[in-house]
Amino acid sequence: MLVLEKNALTAEIEILVEKYGNDRSALLSILQEIQKNHNHVSDFAQQEIARLLDIHPVEVFSVISFYAFLNTKPKGRNIVRLCQTITCDLMGKEAVAKAIERELGIEFGDTTKDKKCTLEYANCLGMCDQGPAMIVNDKVYSHLTPEKAVEILNEIK
Amino acid sequence: MENKKSQRAPVSQKPHVVEKPTRVGTIGGKVSIEINEKKVSVPLGTTILEACRDNHIHIPTLCHHDDLCIAGVCRLCLVEVEGMRTLQASCAFPITSSLKIKTSTPMVRKARRHIIDLMLSEHYGECYSCVRNNNCELQSLAKEYGVDHYTFGHVKESIYPVDNSSYSVIRDMDKCILCKRCVRTCIDLQEVGVLEAINRGDKTKIATFRDKPLADVVCINCGQCINRCPTGALHANDPSDDIWNAIDDPDKHVVIQTAPSPRAAIGEEFGLEPGHSMTQEMNTALRRIGFDAVFDTNFTADLTIIEEGTELISRLFKALVEKDESVKLPQFTSCSPGWVKYIEHFYPDYLDNLSSAKSPQQMFGALIKTFYAQKIKIDPENIVSVAVMPCSAKKFECNRPEMWDSGFKDVDYGLTTREMAKMIKEAGIHLPEMPKSHFDSPFGDASGAGLIFGATGGVMEAAIRTVVEFVTGSKTEDVFENANVQQVRGFEGIKYFEIPIGDKVGPVPELIQHLIPNWDWLKGAVLKVAVCHGTANAKKVMDDIKAGGKFSECHFIEFMACPGGCLGGGGQPIPTNEEIRMKRAQAIYAEDESLEIRKSHENSHVIKLYEEFLKDGPSGHLSHKLLHTGYTKRGKYIA
Amino acid sequence: MVTTKIKREGAVLFSEYYRGDGIRKAFTMSRQDILAEIKESKLKGRGGAGFPTATKWMLTAAAKSDVKYVICNADEGEPGTFKDRVLLLEYPEVVFDGMVIGGYTIGAKEGIVYLRGEYSYMYEWLQVYLEEMRKENLLGKNILDSGVDFDITIKMGSGAYVCGEETALIESLEGHRGEARNRPPFPVSTGYKQKPTTVNNVETFAAVAHIVMKGGDWYKQHGTDKSTGSKLFSVSGDCKNPGVYELPWGTSINELLEIVGAENTKAVQVGGASGVCLPKSQFDRTLGYEDLPTGGSIMIFNENRNMLKVLKNFMEFFVEESCGQCTPCRIGNTKLLEGVEMIGRGAFTFGYINKLKELGQTMQVSSKCGLGQSSPNSFISILNNFKDEIFNNGFGGRNGK
Repeated sequence: MLVLEKNALTAEIEILVEKYGNDRSALLSILQEIQKNHNHVSDFAQQEIARLLDIHPVEVFSVISFYAFLNTKPKGRNIVRLCQTITCDLMGKEAVAKAIERELGIEFGDTTKDKKCTLEYANCLGMCDQGPAMIVNDKVYSHLTPEKAVEILNEIK
Repeated sequence: MENKKSQRAPVSQKPHVVEKPTRVGTIGGKVSIEINEKKVSVPLGTTILEACRDNHIHIPTLCHHDDLCIAGVCRLCLVEVEGMRTLQASCAFPITSSLKIKTSTPMVRKARRHIIDLMLSEHYGECYSCVRNNNCELQSLAKEYGVDHYTFGHVKESIYPVDNSSYSVIRDMDKCILCKRCVRTCIDLQEVGVLEAINRGDKTKIATFRDKPLADVVCINCGQCINRCPTGALHANDPSDDIWNAIDDPDKHVVIQTAPSPRAAIGEEFGLEPGHSMTQEMNTALRRIGFDAVFDTNFTADLTIIEEGTELISRLFKALVEKDESVKLPQFTSCSPGWVKYIEHFYPDYLDNLSSAKSPQQMFGALIKTFYAQKIKIDPENIVSVAVMPCSAKKFECNRPEMWDSGFKDVDYGLTTREMAKMIKEAGIHLPEMPKSHFDSPFGDASGAGLIFGATGGVMEAAIRTVVEFVTGSKTEDVFENANVQQVRGFEGIKYFEIPIGDKVGPVPELIQHLIPNWDWLKGAVLKVAVCHGTANAKKVMDDIKAGGKFSECHFIEFMACPGGCLGGGGQPIPTNEEIRMKRAQAIYAEDESLEIRKSHENSHVIKLYEEFLKDGPSGHLSHKLLHTGYTKRGKYIA
Repeated sequence: MVTTKIKREGAVLFSEYYRGDGIRKAFTMSRQDILAEIKESKLKGRGGAGFPTATKWMLTAAAKSDVKYVICNADEGEPGTFKDRVLLLEYPEVVFDGMVIGGYTIGAKEGIVYLRGEYSYMYEWLQVYLEEMRKENLLGKNILDSGVDFDITIKMGSGAYVCGEETALIESLEGHRGEARNRPPFPVSTGYKQKPTTVNNVETFAAVAHIVMKGGDWYKQHGTDKSTGSKLFSVSGDCKNPGVYELPWGTSINELLEIVGAENTKAVQVGGASGVCLPKSQFDRTLGYEDLPTGGSIMIFNENRNMLKVLKNFMEFFVEESCGQCTPCRIGNTKLLEGVEMIGRGAFTFGYINKLKELGQTMQVSSKCGLGQSSPNSFISILNNFKDEIFNNGFGGRNGK
């Protein structure tokens, strides 16, 4: 990471600390924003957050690793989360999953080479009445069919 | 500061706040409860576990540790409480009302057995090939509950590679049962913050930042996690095979120095109650094992007092008389390698406050391969220098690249008390039966001042015994009864003490006349000192100094990385708790009082060393080359 | 924007209500009166555990502290539950009004909605809604000139089912791993930032707003003696009309199946993955604290479904979602999942499966929080209630025949 990038990241975290406070209870909110802006929370960011909240870096790492929606390694620009829990499973998740994998040429858990998409499974998205469902970034899609799912993915940038 | 700390550990791990009694049966701050149908009365807020122990009812535990906050995660200490659907973790349940508790019902026994079975199913390895064989809490529990087969299977392949990157602490996560004692030790007790649980569910494990090797993170090597680990998941990096090889090599002259704390604790490894000093038995045992010479680290502890004391006096003189503003005060002790690495990581801007004097181990190392080698006319190349220490950080210290001042690696191996005991046993020796013998010349037996280095406050007390006599010219015994400086003793986390010098000063002793013209400048001065142990307390003191508080006005501060000082070090026998540490301290202080020479400057071998070898005196050229060192600004950032 | 057609206009939670109604009414009442009405209504927590709301609020109100918190548990993660999504998107007024009433009643100035990360798409919209409430002086300083200060912030979760457990939720809010705390002390005395805190489900707040408007007595007229009022059921799976239904407690499974248009039903999972699975022979059982207490997840499986596959999905869920701190839950769920896989491969003994059922019973009483205490429910109920299918109809393989 370049020094300039580091400085920018530090400045960004400082603004977030200003916004949410330097109390540990601000940690999740700060991590969520960094995650949103950078698709991951880098080693450097973790240590800067730890420094500004006066906690240990390993504690920040520990918290990130606990939550499914936070990660320490860069992911794709778009994160696709397909619900794998029971109702969506019964309603045809498997076919949707296969279609997406074929279309993107990657398996679940991986990121496309152009960093456009990361495919992940998620546990119950709370769309059980409209399964199968998936979330692409902050947008939710329900009543998926293999065809519809692929169409959605083709539209995102 | 307290406030900040309370944010650190999960609230579930904090002591419970007990509200005023509101219910019937809670009169006078006591509650009457029933344990196994027997009525007992316990103080309000006592946990069920404590109440049971006080009433001689054994409850199995794993995650619970006397030194640490409550976790309530292993679930072994479950008991039945009448009226509750689920079993309750007795370690985490404060009694605030009349309860009816049952500790051994079919449900309780079955649950405990199941939990042990579950742990064993994921606990890789066999007991006989484990460093903690026969001293493992999981093993004992399996025995206690009659486990004779693996109900839920047993992991057959190693999952995690062993992390042996550190000179000091080895992590074998295949043996980890996730009790989180190491996490609570590292974060709460020591405030170093290297270990935490990562991931969740079945992927949960204990890791460092980004799961890096221990050598690459801010671990200070204190080894307190080892002392509290119930299994073999954490252990010290054991060099004893190399030492055996050296002993067996006829060309090698193998010498060993023994620190004050191992001798106060090693008896525990041979089944003795804590608090038995084994100094002279150990001397004999070490010779029988095959060491060519056995030295007392207390000798260099005495030397440390002279060098570090002289450095302090010089600093005070420069600051107070010469008004040299570049001189840093307070001066910090530098004998605890855990503390040294701590300050290098966490307060790198204060390295100039650290005394440049090496630790006694490293001073001895440099002398053995120079002075001693010349004296017995052996090529230092062929000397193998071993140090028995209560400490895991000493292993790292002797491997510091700067510790080659003799022209060779000053100390070849740091050995813990536990590893020493193992070697003694391996040689077929039962230590308590050994006849007594003295240390070898030319260093001989040392003073009591060197000995008490093993307990928190010991360095300070030893320094006070010498400085008082140097400066005032009167006997320490005249100022402190029996030369015991009680004010700096005991296990209080941070101790602060003022010593008024008064108007009477003595002549400057010959030893340091080359540094100081007279003591007049100290007339009427008040020497302010502080003592702290455990790096969590060190952090408090450092933050206070940073903020310009009371401790910034001190002249001299003793820091020890481990709770209780060296006697509670990461290389000492397992288990540890405050009671055990107290007994070790008593053994050390008792031995000190039994000695004739109890002040460092009265150690005739030290005086002789300055006459024969370090001829330009304390802080002189040669002593600077061999006995002093520098430090590295490490910082916290992990690349 | 996600929308849902409410499948049945209910008599209680979905009855007529306008923003601020409950707050205005509440401010004409004393705190004791409100507590009395809630007590009268016999309302129990709607998240699933069913703790009496009045008791929780009384304890929090009685706790001595300058700072108290009202937390709305919108970490709806139980598989098959989506009623909170519907409430927040389509009836936010009852939920937020209920929180304001809670704040007034217990003496808290701060309310926090802990919204699950999966619902982040509603975050902006809810913020806009809260801003509107502030403009109408239904939130903020001196609400409706009553002298009451109360405001609501929304905090997001980040994808962890266990944070639906109230103490894990509080840990998460405090910036920690979502690991449940030891209890006692309970949140009512030592909650968020060590202060007295009441944590209630989204639906509970909605119920409170209606109870304040129409009285505990009115509420009590719905449902049964021990299970008063109505309940939102999230119905999914094999039926014509999945969705959210408001039904009075005391409705039987058979009645529910008819309402939602389910045919050829083989099994009904009540209470989500942590609930129990009922076979046809038990469809006459009724929903309610007397018989089948539940947070409202109803999953319907028809004759074509493979129950072992269903169970495997549940156990995989728990293995992943256990917080991993306590032994019985962390390792226990793994063992149960292994057992299911053994059955799937036909490589099991009945002796071992029975041992696993016993282990499940241990987990129910020894786990630190509700997750581990309830995760074996499906394992035990599916293997017991569908043993013919699983062990005797070919799915069991060699040993099963």
